[in-house]
Amino acid sequence: MVELRAAVALLGRFPALSGVDLTIHAGETVLLRGPNGAGKTTVLHLCAGLLRPESGGVRVLDHDLTEVVGRRSVRRRVALLGHATGLYDDLTVGENLRFWARAAGLSAVEADRRTDEARSRLEVPDHLLDQPVHTLSAGQRRRTSLAALVVRRPELWLLDEPHAGLDQAGRDLVDALIGDAVAAGGTVVVSSHELDRVAALSPRTVTLAGGAVVDGPATDSGGIR
Amino acid sequence: MAEEPMSPAPLPEGTASDTTGSRGSRLLGVLTLVGLAALGVLAFVLTDPDVRIHPSTGAEFGQFDAVRMLYVHVPLAVMTYLAYGLCAVASLGVLIRRTPWWDVTAHAAAEVGTVFCGLVLVTGSIWGRPVWNTWWEWGDVRLMTTLVLFLMFAGYLALRRTTGDPRAVSRRAAVVALVAVLDIPLVNRSVEWWENRTLHQQSTLGDLKIEDLTLFTLMLGFLVLGMVLAWLLLHRFRVGWLERAALDHLVAAAIVERRGETPDDELRRAVGDPSPGEPL
Amino acid sequence: MVDQVLPFAVLVLVLFGFALDADHRTLRTFAPGLFWVTVLLSALLAIQRSASLDSADGTGTSLRMSGLSPVARYLGRTAAVFVQLLALEALLVGGLVVLYGVSVEEWFLLVVAGVVAGVAVAAAGTLYGALASGLRARETLLPILVLPVLAPVLIGATRAYDDALGVAAVDGWAWTGLLAVAALVLTVVGASAHGALVED
Repeated sequence: MVELRAAVALLGRFPALSGVDLTIHAGETVLLRGPNGAGKTTVLHLCAGLLRPESGGVRVLDHDLTEVVGRRSVRRRVALLGHATGLYDDLTVGENLRFWARAAGLSAVEADRRTDEARSRLEVPDHLLDQPVHTLSAGQRRRTSLAALVVRRPELWLLDEPHAGLDQAGRDLVDALIGDAVAAGGTVVVSSHELDRVAALSPRTVTLAGGAVVDGPATDSGGIR
Repeated sequence: MAEEPMSPAPLPEGTASDTTGSRGSRLLGVLTLVGLAALGVLAFVLTDPDVRIHPSTGAEFGQFDAVRMLYVHVPLAVMTYLAYGLCAVASLGVLIRRTPWWDVTAHAAAEVGTVFCGLVLVTGSIWGRPVWNTWWEWGDVRLMTTLVLFLMFAGYLALRRTTGDPRAVSRRAAVVALVAVLDIPLVNRSVEWWENRTLHQQSTLGDLKIEDLTLFTLMLGFLVLGMVLAWLLLHRFRVGWLERAALDHLVAAAIVERRGETPDDELRRAVGDPSPGEPL
Repeated sequence: MVDQVLPFAVLVLVLFGFALDADHRTLRTFAPGLFWVTVLLSALLAIQRSASLDSADGTGTSLRMSGLSPVARYLGRTAAVFVQLLALEALLVGGLVVLYGVSVEEWFLLVVAGVVAGVAVAAAGTLYGALASGLRARETLLPILVLPVLAPVLIGATRAYDDALGVAAVDGWAWTGLLAVAALVLTVVGASAHGALVED
């Protein structure tokens, strides 16, 4: 499913990843941990096909991501939840969901159907449909972002600190979503500092430090020591 | 790119010299200087000014001494097109092949080409002053097209200088160069039509009688300025290549450094403490 | 767009009026040129806004993840800018009539030339907007890069409007033909190059 061999990735001139070795099998749940700046977000972006590896091997879902073609092909099959919402602030929730569903290549009918499904699963209430995204709370935005991703039915989920900034209910929802994805046979990679919460999903833990995978628990403070 | 190297490790073999000169390039340089001197003597002393007798009135007319500028101006223009043409081809190479060689060549060609282009405008202006009685003539098609060309590549160079992901910058610059070159025929055609409308009757190169010594001087001009172009390109390329090697070296060192980072280092960096692994 | 780019355009027209301190006859003579310079300057604003729409909130990343082809994205963006430019031009023609005392002689030529030039400006602008996005100096780079390339469009559109507004005896349709070539070249090049730009 995911295979990184001595993967080096640059952000400008900075070597965000200095040689990552990582293998993830289909259906696994993996927790990426490590201090800030270790390269967790970069690993997720690399697997999403958004970043060109400087050297090393990167294979995701049988696509070779060292090639442009591979990177372009893999993106449709992957869902990436980043720090930003990925939604157009001035458009309404409904418009955003419809746009992103259609952009993913779904027909109008299919897009509507899946969007309704996703909305109910993520508890995005009807009255929010006509609200512009910038009027929503952080939790509501996160749910909308997730709904937009659920519609795509990805084979691989890449979640970058999905619980951050959410209230209890929101966090529970994210956990339920991850549970769903796993139950449906999807592969989930979560980068998080919320170790206890994610532990309940019994993931495999991978620790990053200095842009590479290290053994054993690195000091993961999730903040300032 | 004006940072100092972070680590004291030596640069790769063969690049440890102080200059970008070599036996071959020094020889070229000497020959070029000799050629320039010869050109100067011929153009400004030995050839005659352009003086013609009007068939009916018998009065003297023509470009007089201004014509001397053309021995330099015309070759400069040709060299400009050569340099920019090289830049365009190299830019294609950047987009298709993506090797550093194409990128450095494109940049070098654009820079040298722009210097030449600027000189074309200046010499053209100097030539134009006595002939047209003005420093700038909106009516001259070639001058206008050259001005737009100059502006386009000035933009290219400005883009090259921005900070940011070097790979992205080189790709974008390549696009700028290619679009510029594709746009030039459009610029030329539109300016031409525009000028025809205004019915300018200007003194041009076509009026001149080019033979014997004049022809020889012009040919020499092409040869010598071609040598200047080659010399400048060679050196600018080498500088660019060295910059590139230095950058690659820095990145390689940074990767090693990063790998050796302990969690303590990382934490310090995350908190804002400056440490050796600081990104550039 | 409505509260920013349009007022800016009208403002530029007014500023030209002040600066030239002229009577209606002079303004009429210069009207086509002033019109198109105003359109170009306002287009810069519209393009900046269009490009920045996708740099906030990670929508640029979402677009890349969506699998939409770069050509489709380019054409979509260009169409959006084009529509805005048309609205802008329509308003400015009104401005010319009211403020500069211009009268339109050939409406058909005016509209066709306006549309074609609009396509050219939108095509080049979207390409360079994408090119400059993500770079530190993008606000200053965009004008430096795109304006020289649009020089033939400025020349051509002004001459076409010289004809359409009865200011000078030129063949506006021939110029419109040139504009059409420019629009075609810029759109094709823009669509092809856009992929190379948003890709890594």
